[in-house]
Amino acid sequence: MRYSIASLVRQAVGGHQGWPEQWRSPAPKPAYAAVIVGGGGHGLATAYYLAKEHGVRDVAVVEKGWLGGGNTGRNTTIVRSNYLWEASEKIYGHAHKMWPTLAAELNYNVMFSPRGVMMLAHNRHEEADYKRHIHANRLAGIANEWLTPAQAKQICPVLNISPDARYPVLGAAWQRSGGTARHDAVAWAFARAASALGVDIIENCEVVAIRRAPSGAVSGLETTRGTIATNKIGVAVAGNTSAVMAMADLRLPLESFPLQAFVSEPLKPVVPCVVLSNAVHAYISQSDKGELVIGAGTDAYVSYSQRGGIQVPSATLEAILELFPFASRLRMMRNWGGIVDTTPDRSPILGATPVEGLYVNCGWGTGGFKATPGSGHLFAHHIAVGAPHPVAAPFALDRFRTGALINEATAAAVAH
Amino acid sequence: MLLIHCPYCEMERPEVEFRYAGEAHRKRPEPNAASDAEWTDYLYFRTNAKGAHAERWRHAAGCGRFFNCLRDTASDRILAAYKAGEPRPAAE
Repeated sequence: MRYSIASLVRQAVGGHQGWPEQWRSPAPKPAYAAVIVGGGGHGLATAYYLAKEHGVRDVAVVEKGWLGGGNTGRNTTIVRSNYLWEASEKIYGHAHKMWPTLAAELNYNVMFSPRGVMMLAHNRHEEADYKRHIHANRLAGIANEWLTPAQAKQICPVLNISPDARYPVLGAAWQRSGGTARHDAVAWAFARAASALGVDIIENCEVVAIRRAPSGAVSGLETTRGTIATNKIGVAVAGNTSAVMAMADLRLPLESFPLQAFVSEPLKPVVPCVVLSNAVHAYISQSDKGELVIGAGTDAYVSYSQRGGIQVPSATLEAILELFPFASRLRMMRNWGGIVDTTPDRSPILGATPVEGLYVNCGWGTGGFKATPGSGHLFAHHIAVGAPHPVAAPFALDRFRTGALINEATAAAVAH
Repeated sequence: MLLIHCPYCEMERPEVEFRYAGEAHRKRPEPNAASDAEWTDYLYFRTNAKGAHAERWRHAAGCGRFFNCLRDTASDRILAAYKAGEPRPAAE
């Protein structure tokens, strides 16, 4: 069913009893042309673009839990593209350009809200660094500008710019076109659109082994819902990438850390944009429900527990109160952790692996949500065509051998 | 927050007294003899185990010494803490 004002009126008259399920839930077929492992935003987007752009419709997405139940449903939904290096500007810019029309393309309200992203500088080093980012971005055609503390406060009146603050605000980088989107809706929109094109979305289906042909190439998957034969496997499982790739005896330059976030009780609109601060180590935005959505830095140690220590959100809240003293009496409603796969250069890995037919999309670390549509688009290209899209080419796994790293430790915006 | 047993102080102390220092028992290959693949693996690739994971910790706010922990990364339960130089214990 196409969603529209007419369908809404029709369903309202019918007491909302006639809405169909948004995607089919078939049992897995014995074989597919391609299987995507991981039913988060990146995996579902990959399946959608495989079907839509490349005509590869004999595709399954296998997900061990429910759709968008991993990092897609656990992140702080920030969209921006103000990275430093040309390769990053292209890959994040590619995704950023897709956001404004994504809802129309998928016929689903993903609630993309370009309310602006403000990155605060608290010392001279950060100020110089962010200005360097601004100049680099503008040369690449990505809008980014410098704000004085007074200009920052004009945009975000609740921001504390007192020079007496422990970490005074010296200015901010401001990307007007950045913002937030509704994370669950992004996963559901891609799932619905992919399913309509013939993609099988198979939930509660965990991969337990990767089968190989005598040549070494992949020949299929063993899952908790049976064996699936396929010659092309695309893995998009974020924090669990090392565990899945170990099934094909592959090691990767990844470490998985817990990244925690939390939301406050709902408030009237008070934080009009996204505010990030590297130095005090916090980022914040306000959801359309009114909750303040607050993200912390990663915990220090490798973990798959989706928890993390209480000292990390505690330090983040101290930082938030420094920037937003009005929030001192707010109660936090929920706190959770996601497992982020970080690379040594804080840039993603996208493309082929040494195992024929096995492709990987990982290493997005703390910032994968913003890239969801672009990442799926580029990954689908590589799987369908067998060669990287020019935008994705610099993000090959081989860069760790050649040394052509893409260091985005600053632009990743949270200290790791 | 983890409760970590320091094998030098012989005390269980909160995680905030410690600094994490990455995967343990990694051996630096001889740079002049190592192949590109060996050197790349040493510099950048990690086991990132889901399950028993041997890792270095430093008791920064205590004795200041490095030691190793064996921790289950799926549950965060610490299985063993042992002094630097000792072999990795078997995971139960």
